Amino acid sequence: MTDLEIVSTLPQDERVLLMPLVRTTKVFWRWAAVMAAVALWGAVAYVYQLRNGLGATGLNTPEYWGIYIICFVFFIGISHAGTLISAILRVANAEWRRSITRSAEFITVLVISFGAVQPILDLGRPDRVLNIFLHSQPFSPLLWDVLSITLYFTASSIYLYVPMIPDLARIRDLGLRPRALYSFVAIGYHDTPAARQTLERIIGILAVAVIPVAVSVHTVIGWIFALTLKPMWHSAIFGPYFVVGAIFSGIAALIIAMAILRRVYHLEAYFKDVHFNNMGLLLLVTTVLWFYFTFAEHLTVWYGGEESELATLYAKLTGAFAIPFWTMVACCFFIPFALMARRKTRNVTGCVVASVAVVIGMWLERFNIVVPTSLHPRLQAATVHYTPSWVELSIMAGTLAGFVLIYMIATKFFPIVSIWEIQEGRELSVHEVSERVASYLPDDLAAVER
Amino acid sequence: MARWGMVIDLDKCNGCQACEVACRSENNIAVGGPQAASEHRTISWMQVRAEVEGEWPDIRSRFVPQPCMHCDRPPCTLVCPVQATSIDREGIVNQIYARCIGCRYCANACPYTVKFFNWHKPDHPASTEPGLNPDVSVRPVGVIEKCTFCSHRLQKAREMARVETRPLREQDFTTACADSCPTGAIVFGNLDDPTHRVAELSRDPRAFRLQEGLGTEPKVYYLSRRD
Repeated sequence: MTDLEIVSTLPQDERVLLMPLVRTTKVFWRWAAVMAAVALWGAVAYVYQLRNGLGATGLNTPEYWGIYIICFVFFIGISHAGTLISAILRVANAEWRRSITRSAEFITVLVISFGAVQPILDLGRPDRVLNIFLHSQPFSPLLWDVLSITLYFTASSIYLYVPMIPDLARIRDLGLRPRALYSFVAIGYHDTPAARQTLERIIGILAVAVIPVAVSVHTVIGWIFALTLKPMWHSAIFGPYFVVGAIFSGIAALIIAMAILRRVYHLEAYFKDVHFNNMGLLLLVTTVLWFYFTFAEHLTVWYGGEESELATLYAKLTGAFAIPFWTMVACCFFIPFALMARRKTRNVTGCVVASVAVVIGMWLERFNIVVPTSLHPRLQAATVHYTPSWVELSIMAGTLAGFVLIYMIATKFFPIVSIWEIQEGRELSVHEVSERVASYLPDDLAAVER
Repeated sequence: MARWGMVIDLDKCNGCQACEVACRSENNIAVGGPQAASEHRTISWMQVRAEVEGEWPDIRSRFVPQPCMHCDRPPCTLVCPVQATSIDREGIVNQIYARCIGCRYCANACPYTVKFFNWHKPDHPASTEPGLNPDVSVRPVGVIEKCTFCSHRLQKAREMARVETRPLREQDFTTACADSCPTGAIVFGNLDDPTHRVAELSRDPRAFRLQEGLGTEPKVYYLSRRD
């Protein structure tokens, strides 16, 4: 029997969710080829940069940081999709999480390496990157960042892997190829009630532990900027502002991924309208939070009226950066708010449109943080501009394509929806939830008094 | 222990830029050429900046020669992940070119924008080679560099004083920019030694420092009749 025949005879959940592992369409190969080509082009651009130095970028004095740092913040922000959202939903016992956690966790683990590599692409001396360990200077926020991202990557990889073990064991038992891979990663797990109980206890601990780690990651990234004295970087709000922005773009990225997965793998029964509605509500909450933080930040700068801060602020509001700034406000607030505040537009299409706007808007937000401040140093207003070079844009496109490609490949080896959690939902949760709701209700007074 | 510092008298500076030129040849600063200039990637450890206040015709302007401020509380050394820049016991903020990873965090942290990055491989045309200073290392591509208060001259002066078994005197050590200033606007020395001119000048009523409010405690003082 071929793998396809094995899977075709399984009951619904396993059949639908394991189908992508055994059947690959032409469309998949076509997109994979496109993504691989773009990623390869990005690699070529990086080799060009290695040979020519950072002169190959559009950076200059005082625009020391550009696309790479913007993408660093952006990709690490996207990585908050998974672990944080999935962990919060698990901790909150949100039952609708069951079909979306796995796809979210995969985003985290895969995008984080593409984010973490950005500062290395940005180094003038990538050959000396290990000096960070040889000559560590513990007061540098960059060093804190290396630590927190490493921790986050480790924690979220474990947090992706552990809840996947029962599914991997099931695939091993079905005998799908490559057998060696599945029997290795299933680490001898057998789905007994005792094993399941241990597993769920571990998942429960991981879900709690991973939340502060995720929060620390983007806080520290905010601090990289905030701990300098630069106008509009030196702000106490940056830590939490970056965390909110990260969750915001993470939710948007997850909605886009869900919509694509639903379409290409025919998962309409698993990513239902209610999931998009609920994710849309989360997006709405973070939209409002983002607006609140952004407003608070800009009001403080404007009201304080300090000379160099105002120069940067007006460059954004009415000056050279007015277009990226107001596009950001439209993409991060007006579009998602208008679409997500109404039940009618909180459908798949509405959610996807809002999410695409948010992802673009959040990239622009990082642009608006990095570039205008750099070009407005405290001394001597620069008459300089920053135009990214083809190398920077190619590497950015290559990074994004590389992430999409690896995500596509991952869906071919691992079920992108957690099978055992769906089954557990069907078998146990309906009963558990009604018991839980019953326990919220007032006690019978007569029974208590006695 | 010395605390090296500089006083620049803006009322004496006529903007001739001799300090910039002297610094370039003293410290083997790469020749950027028109390309680097058009890309805003030139390197100049000492820069005479024109400061213009007000609107025409009610205009006031002056020249401000600006080297590294060698802050007593340098924001740049704190952020370096590999300790490639640090402040030494005598207050000079130094750079280790062989260790720098080129992240440019220090350049961003510096409120005075006096740290420069080698975007391209530094260019030293053959015609400039005989003039290179053997006491100063040339920099590789991809690292940060900046004014060192001509610390190679300090090393030499200190060796000389030791050989002659005498203490270091004020006239033994000065920077190339101070040496070259035709109006004597730049004075260099030990801020903590009351016999040095900088110590006296830095207490002048005309003395001020750049961006004093930031608390970076720069060791470059300026003298000016206005602010």
